Amino acid sequence: MKISYYPGCTLKTKAKNMDCPGVAALNALGVELVELPRWNCCGAVFSLADDDLLHLLAPVRDLIRVVEQGDNKLVVACSMCYNTLARANLLMRENSEKRHTINTFMEEERDYNGEVEVVHLLSFLRDEIGWEKIKESIKVPLRGLKIAPYYGCTLLRPQSVAIEPPEKRTLFKDLIETMGATVVDFPASTDCCSSYQILSNPDIGIETVSKILESAESWGAEAIVTSCPLCEYNLGKRQEDALRKHDKLKELPTFYFTQLLALALGLGAEVCNFELNHNGVVRLMESKKFLTAA
Amino acid sequence: MTIEISDKTYDEEFVKKVEEISGENFHKCMQCGTCSGGCPMIEHMDIPPRQIMILTHFGLKDKVISSKTAWICATCNACSVRCPRGIELTKVMEAIRQLTLRKNINYVEPSAISEEIMAGLPQIALVSCFRKHTS
Repeated sequence: MKISYYPGCTLKTKAKNMDCPGVAALNALGVELVELPRWNCCGAVFSLADDDLLHLLAPVRDLIRVVEQGDNKLVVACSMCYNTLARANLLMRENSEKRHTINTFMEEERDYNGEVEVVHLLSFLRDEIGWEKIKESIKVPLRGLKIAPYYGCTLLRPQSVAIEPPEKRTLFKDLIETMGATVVDFPASTDCCSSYQILSNPDIGIETVSKILESAESWGAEAIVTSCPLCEYNLGKRQEDALRKHDKLKELPTFYFTQLLALALGLGAEVCNFELNHNGVVRLMESKKFLTAA
Repeated sequence: MTIEISDKTYDEEFVKKVEEISGENFHKCMQCGTCSGGCPMIEHMDIPPRQIMILTHFGLKDKVISSKTAWICATCNACSVRCPRGIELTKVMEAIRQLTLRKNINYVEPSAISEEIMAGLPQIALVSCFRKHTS
């Protein structure tokens, strides 16, 4: 099976450790993620100003690229890109006035009416491949690893683009169990990691991160799994700042779900680019013997 | 805090602009405080989101614009999904930020970000921060 895939800017650079294992894992499951030709940055955040249509052009152009491929579905792995593309898509589907203005403005492009379905990779794994098939393909079960699923904001809010009902969320749980690991549901699973505030108000950002880490740790997690490069940056790469400020906090390795999936499918550390994560990640995987087993 | 509310303090243009930019009817707010109760950033704000809503409703522009609340908001939408009146507070916060940003005033100066921080940042951090906090 081939499917159009939007990696986004971060996955092609700072978060290759999310992109590469994702592509490899899907390949092992018989799906070729075909990178969209001539894709551009989606803008990372959906434009909330009602009079600002300009920032909708970027995500809409990406969606037009999908139609040009003769495809009607787009798989996105990055949570922020998913949210931005899905909301822009919804607006083009539902708001005829804005749709008309945008289509008229982009004279060089074909008209777009929201016909593409924007799907997050987690939903794709469940709906198009299925947990049973994934389970059958697991070569290195992540037995004994206690993982806290971290959704953050953009996978679940607003409701119009939520990948599943927030109060009945099971996607991460099902994936973690499929990989043979143990789920540690924790109260801060859908809290905000402070997002871009890590740049504007770093002290507030680190406090926010500390609370999430403390919550996951207090519920017994050994690792956090996420699908957003900004969450991974805040909770993972900036974890040192949180540990420095709060003596009680312990190191808590943060992974992308694609890395754990690739590892569980037996694809080995070489596709996971662990060097792009923070240090604790490799230590934990080695201590669990998941790297040698591959 | 004591707040004077009169026809002299009501800034009609400000209210209209927030209505126009946000596209939200924040006058529907019934002051239940669910937004403030669920806000993960509340402890860092000087005015809680619930109060921002009523201050905006009463057209108290200076209080709203000088507050740091809209700049601390990370647009996580915890408030919007819980609002029993269906108000997207994140759009109201966006409108409040835009009233400053559209005067060519930056909240974050890109040139002030250290090279060390810049080198490790994911692109989505930069793009989202600049979209939200620069003009």
